[in-house]
Amino acid sequence: MITLRHILALAIKELLAILKDKQSRVILIGPPIAQLLVFGYAATFDLNHIPVAIYDEDHSQLSRALVARLRGSPHFELIDPLDHDGQIEVAINNKEALIVLHIGSRFGSEIEKGKSAQVQAIIDGRNSNTALLALGYLRTIVTDFNIEWFERNGLTGPPASLAIRSWFNENLVSRWFIVPGIVGLLSLVITTIVTGLSVAREREAGTFDQLLVTPLRPVEILIGKSVPGILIGLIEGSFILLMAIYWFEVPLRGNLGALYIGMFLFLLSATGVGLMISSIALTQQQGILGAFLFLVPSVILSGFATPIANMPEIIQYLTYLNPLRYFLIILRSVFLEGDSYALLLDQYFPMTLIAVVTLAAAGWSFRHRLS
Amino acid sequence: MNRSLRKRMRLKGLIRKESLQILRDPSSIAIAFIMPVILLLLFGYGVSLDAKHIRLATVVEQPDTNTAGLIGAFQHSEYFIPVLYHTVQDAEIALMEHKVDGIVWLRNDFSDRLLSRKTAPIGVYVNGVNANQARISVGYIQGVWQTWLSSFSRDQGHDLKTPVMIEPRIWFNAAVNSRYFLVPGLIAVIMTLIGALLTSMVVAREWERGTMEALMVTPIRISEILLGKLIPYFILGMGGMFLSVAMAVWLFDVPLRGSFLALTAASALFMMVALGMGLLISTVAKNQFVAGQIAIITTFLPAFILSGFIFQISAMPEPIQFITHIIPARYFVAILQTIFLAGDIWPIILSNCAALLIMMFVFFGIIKKKAHKRLI
Repeated sequence: MITLRHILALAIKELLAILKDKQSRVILIGPPIAQLLVFGYAATFDLNHIPVAIYDEDHSQLSRALVARLRGSPHFELIDPLDHDGQIEVAINNKEALIVLHIGSRFGSEIEKGKSAQVQAIIDGRNSNTALLALGYLRTIVTDFNIEWFERNGLTGPPASLAIRSWFNENLVSRWFIVPGIVGLLSLVITTIVTGLSVAREREAGTFDQLLVTPLRPVEILIGKSVPGILIGLIEGSFILLMAIYWFEVPLRGNLGALYIGMFLFLLSATGVGLMISSIALTQQQGILGAFLFLVPSVILSGFATPIANMPEIIQYLTYLNPLRYFLIILRSVFLEGDSYALLLDQYFPMTLIAVVTLAAAGWSFRHRLS
Repeated sequence: MNRSLRKRMRLKGLIRKESLQILRDPSSIAIAFIMPVILLLLFGYGVSLDAKHIRLATVVEQPDTNTAGLIGAFQHSEYFIPVLYHTVQDAEIALMEHKVDGIVWLRNDFSDRLLSRKTAPIGVYVNGVNANQARISVGYIQGVWQTWLSSFSRDQGHDLKTPVMIEPRIWFNAAVNSRYFLVPGLIAVIMTLIGALLTSMVVAREWERGTMEALMVTPIRISEILLGKLIPYFILGMGGMFLSVAMAVWLFDVPLRGSFLALTAASALFMMVALGMGLLISTVAKNQFVAGQIAIITTFLPAFILSGFIFQISAMPEPIQFITHIIPARYFVAILQTIFLAGDIWPIILSNCAALLIMMFVFFGIIKKKAHKRLI
């Protein structure tokens, strides 16, 4: 028979054990909030103030007009111009400039003659993603420059043009993609550190054996040990959610209830994994190792920063075991796409399955892994 | 026996003790050798920012040779998998259901406007939830459009002269393969974890068991205890490091353009900093429980997000850029990306090594001070 009194007693004891220790308390409250603020601003793919060095061999009116366009863009910041070939390598190698724009000496005269003028853009490819994005910004500026030139000379532009619209995130602000992800990331970290060592520590101290000989049944121990992780996760998760909406101003378009069902199931499954690791580990060191080995791949292979669709198929299958994968989909579709319950069932179900399996494994190994 | 000889013997004894402890509990060896291999295998293949195989819904309301030419250009591009939809409504539903990543829509007056030079609009919709991928996809769509445009104009006989053409030269990574910069970055992140994991629990464990006090009543000095712990773990960590570099070069084909010597020297320095960070956590924390918690919070996510491994540091707001200076992985990511892709660019390598050196002295300075204080 499962009694609520037993569970409550254990849950309160677990919560007190975490919150009465001053160092633990500080660790659980301070860093996640600080990290939210820092990561929320840090984690962006959008580029501003890209350092550009201009190497203008032409000095014509047209080349100056092109440079002026770059200067006027918030994406670029012009550093001291170059005046001979040898400086290009130095500027790029030493990361003084991300782009060197080399305008040849016949730039102006070629365009005046109605020909095409080539402009060389030398880009630091050490971070290829940044290189591609910077090239994209540069292309937009040059396209605008070309259209203006066509118009001023009374010529018709290209016969077909692109009318680009992006859905759900009109200005392609990458913060809207990343900040909801951070909600998931930090909830996972908090839950893992609350649950990952809870059993292992008691095993090492010998108090877990004592707990097993009390009238408490393993199921009651399991629930009692799960409560703190879920409770602390829910409270901190809600706070981070509020910050995402009001501080970072990510639009919340969908149903908050649908999001909370997702968060509860996610915390339940993360608690399950944490307790499973903790109860299989014989020492705290093994517990920490297990927590890391769960946490690190969970985050990196969750689709948080790099898309799951880019992974090889085997690894894509592996991500089905990762609760964070589902929660990130829920967060992003509720925040940006405005999805509600029905569309998210496919995400709720696997998390429930992970929770049931891992919690059962944790409960089973309470008794079966006595050293 | 003179003093220096005695000192050396004490240190030798300590190193022997720590080494035996490592050998008898294989978990340290697993952390140093098995963990980097597994993580690098998973992440090296799993982490990629390249937008390939973009699923593109194509809606052609009135098919003819002109539309076939444009759609054909998308089919021939290695970046797209075009899927044909008959109405734009169907394509929009597919975009909402994540069955496609974008739509290219040619309305029924496309050819008329194209031939009468009234600028035919090509409707492009992308799912912007993942803004970075959307931007890159749009870039590739623009590329296909531009190539098609110039070949179309040439066929029509009126050569379209775009006044300014950009000729991009992407140095160090001409094929813009994101793996080339992600794998060196991953090595830095993984090594941060391993360094901290190896040492964060060792001192805390001795405190918890009371064996640290026992060590302290012997003639051994605190610096000798630390050194004795450090040397075996340093050797283990460097082993894992070489394994990772070998995988980067031979498995992931990342070019190693700099010298092996510079790589080894910088790695050794970083390994000292990473181990120092672990030791610091271990010394500050009262017990293994807290040490473990601090290690999880302070190592992984900061190294992942603030090191420049995936998010460009220069794109962050200035106060955040300032904060990244306390993340050791930041310096190592810059060093590794440069040594692997660009070569021995000394101004970059030396300035980052100097920062690591300062961090190392700061860490060990605090450790020494804190370790003394504990006994009083």
